[in-house]
Amino acid sequence: MLAVNFLLLAAALFAIGVYGVIARRNAVMVLMSIELILNAVSLNLVAFSLMTGAIDGQVFALYVIAIAAAEVGVGLAMVLMIYRNRKTIALDELSEMKG
Amino acid sequence: MLGAETVELTSGWFLENAWLVGLIPVIGFAIIIAFGKKLPMKGAEVGLASMAVTLVIAVGGAIQWMQRTDAADGAGKEAGGLLQAFGRVLPQATEGEAKPFIDPVVTTWVWWQNSGLEFGIGSSIDGLAILLIALVAFISLLVQVFSVDYVRGDRRYTHFFAAITLFSGGMLIMLMAENMVQLILGWEIMGLCSFMLIGHWWEEDANSRAALKAFFTVRVGDVGLLVGTAIIFFGANQWAVDNLDSNGFNIAAIQAWALSGEANTQFLLWGAVALFIAAIGKSGQFPLHTWLPDAMAGPTPVSSLLHSSTMVVAGVFLVARVYPVFWEGFNIGTGGLSFIAIIGAITIVIAALLAFVQDDIKKVLAYSTVSQLGYMMLGLGTGAWLPAVFHIFTHAFFKCALFLCAGSVSHSGSHHSFDMKKDMGGLRKKMPITFTAWIVSTLALTGVFPFAGFWSKDEIIDNVGANSYTFLMWVGLGGAVLTAMYMTRATYLTFFGEPRGAAAGEHGGHDDAHAEEHEMEHVSVGAPEPRSLGAAANAHVDDHGAGHGDDHGGGHDGGHGDDHAGPHESGPLILIPIVILAFFALFAGFANPTPLASRFGEGVELMKTYVEPRATPVVAKEFLAAGGPGESASLVEFVVVPSAESGGEGGEEGAKKSGCGFDAPESGTVCFFPSVSHAEPKFTKILLSLGVVAIGYAVAIAFCIAFYGRRNKHLVGLTERHKVLRGGFLFLKNKYYLDALYENVIVHAVAHPIAKFANWINQNVLDATVNAVGIGTRKTGEWVYDNIDQKIVDGAVNGSGRAASEAGHALQPTQSGKIGQYGALLFGAATVGAIVLVLVNVS
Repeated sequence: MLAVNFLLLAAALFAIGVYGVIARRNAVMVLMSIELILNAVSLNLVAFSLMTGAIDGQVFALYVIAIAAAEVGVGLAMVLMIYRNRKTIALDELSEMKG
Repeated sequence: MLGAETVELTSGWFLENAWLVGLIPVIGFAIIIAFGKKLPMKGAEVGLASMAVTLVIAVGGAIQWMQRTDAADGAGKEAGGLLQAFGRVLPQATEGEAKPFIDPVVTTWVWWQNSGLEFGIGSSIDGLAILLIALVAFISLLVQVFSVDYVRGDRRYTHFFAAITLFSGGMLIMLMAENMVQLILGWEIMGLCSFMLIGHWWEEDANSRAALKAFFTVRVGDVGLLVGTAIIFFGANQWAVDNLDSNGFNIAAIQAWALSGEANTQFLLWGAVALFIAAIGKSGQFPLHTWLPDAMAGPTPVSSLLHSSTMVVAGVFLVARVYPVFWEGFNIGTGGLSFIAIIGAITIVIAALLAFVQDDIKKVLAYSTVSQLGYMMLGLGTGAWLPAVFHIFTHAFFKCALFLCAGSVSHSGSHHSFDMKKDMGGLRKKMPITFTAWIVSTLALTGVFPFAGFWSKDEIIDNVGANSYTFLMWVGLGGAVLTAMYMTRATYLTFFGEPRGAAAGEHGGHDDAHAEEHEMEHVSVGAPEPRSLGAAANAHVDDHGAGHGDDHGGGHDGGHGDDHAGPHESGPLILIPIVILAFFALFAGFANPTPLASRFGEGVELMKTYVEPRATPVVAKEFLAAGGPGESASLVEFVVVPSAESGGEGGEEGAKKSGCGFDAPESGTVCFFPSVSHAEPKFTKILLSLGVVAIGYAVAIAFCIAFYGRRNKHLVGLTERHKVLRGGFLFLKNKYYLDALYENVIVHAVAHPIAKFANWINQNVLDATVNAVGIGTRKTGEWVYDNIDQKIVDGAVNGSGRAASEAGHALQPTQSGKIGQYGALLFGAATVGAIVLVLVNVS
């Protein structure tokens, strides 16, 4: 039962993150949503680790946190550059990559 | 077993490396062809150097061969303790001692190998091979020295030396052949080079025709060589494999097979016939001799080399080499009247008669060569192996000398003419050295006492008689008379009497006044006189090669510089070879003076001791068809069987019809040579042949003085007045109509219908086929283009391109550039994937 609660929380967090990625226009908000998704995944890993008693999942969670920090750093830097060039961080208006 | 005795034989570097004599001229040829024109002497030095090195190796080999023979004989005779100390196993000296068989020194590399059949390329040196190798190397070197001056200024000087070097190389490769395939190789190289050399001045139509004629006539004989080799191979192979661990290409195995008594007589007979046809073609024997006189179209050094030691001797060598096949195939040993002897005898007479009606000095010599080759064949055909081989040896010297003298005369005496009647006469005072050499060589050719030809030709005649071919002996003597007569005629016309034409200082029938001018050269070329072919071409070449400068005169050793001043003696480069050859023409006979043997012992008969293979049975043991790379393979275990039947040398008195060649050798032993008999020289016979020659000379000299000198009215024009004589004259003048027969009858009757039929086939069958195929191909091509290429291939290419393009356009909207949309798609896909995963795992 305990594990199910963790997994439900993680699923909720994941869903909120996905919604944020898809619906938000602000790039910073999208990055924050991605963080939510990653944390949901980390929570899952820890929950399964707890269930099975193996330590691997928790170690992985630590790795995910570290890499997420790096990813956010890169992401924020890109957002900053975009803002400097275009004076906006609204993702709707960044459609140069349109095919 | 068999009371066999072992004799260990010595060898030596030269004997084991004799294969170099074949390789060096070939390398020399390649160097001359590749770099000759850049060298200071235009390639001549390479040719001379290769021949000099070859000569050194050949002479070294000859000396070591003699040592080898001496060692074996000495071991047999003396049984000295000294030799035993050197580790020799000595046989006991036996009564009526049989000399041991001296096996050849074989050095081979594997050339070809297939399904157990293996043959090598390399050298197999025995007395016959090393004698002729040394002879060829010596003659070739002298001829090349002669050529340096004689051919100077020729536009294809370098090519001349390249071809003549390869020509000698071909002969050397043939001489040292250990198997029939290598023999054919050398034989064909020579055929090719003779074509190149005879057609050296191919701009003249007649010269290229002569070259073609020589090539094709010899090819007719070559078919015999190939067929004969095949017959012998199929006959001998099984026996050779069983008994000698060899195969049917190996010459020694063929010799042993022929004498084994187990050989199939049909194979022997037809093999011998086919091989002799090859010899007929190459050695200019009776029906196929017509190419030899035409071969005079080549430069004189070529004629000289071709007629003395190479090419024409190849056929005689072939017969001498596989002599047991002929011995058994034609029953020579039992006195059968062989094909070889008949052809030889016919050739002697008809060629000698033809020599009478030739005006071209070189053609007289050419027919003389044909006639002398007839003597060699006559000797071989009647069991006189040794005299025939000896005659090859002596003939090479004096015939080469005669040709070089003719070359010297035309070079310096008659302004490049070879016509004795028009441009020669009275040259003996102008060209004393050439004249002396000519006389010495003529005396040698006609067989006058101390000269070389006496010892060899009279030996042939004597042995023919001794082997009870009495009629053929008289034919030989008749030939000797004819030889004396036609040589007298040629000598008289060239060196005696009044100078005529160019020999009198006239050039091409023009005044001497013209001769002083340089334009003379052009006049000479355009001279209206019909000249001999070689001469015309020679003058032609001279015109181009010499150019217009005065400066070339100095470079000609006095040859051309004062050429226009009339006849004079030739330069040293021409005279030295002639003098050396004349010296040998004088003394070469003492290499085997059989009539002296009774006085000085058999030791004086060098040829008999060192060249003639011993007819002694040998125990057949290991027979190595081919050694390892460069290994010298031992032919047989060195074992002789000094049994009573070995005959030959042993039984001098009467009981000669036994031993090798008569009885099958005991099982386990093989013979390599039949025990030929040697005639006892008799004083009366010598007197008879000398007397016959003297009569010939006397008649001919008297006739010449009467006919050419005093212009006796009864004799001059006799051939025009007397019907029978005129008929004979015309018959000879037209060379027995053999050329006409070949060209008009055979070529027309056989070749023309074939050519016509071939043409018809060509036009109607082949062309139709080709056209049909062409049209069919075009139609198919068009159809393929229209349907397969345009529709299927292009369709596939275009279709795939279009499909990719359409798919791209179709998917274009998804690349909206909107992050949200991308994210939605990503997560939608992830969701779908997750659902699938769950479903798969749950169920």
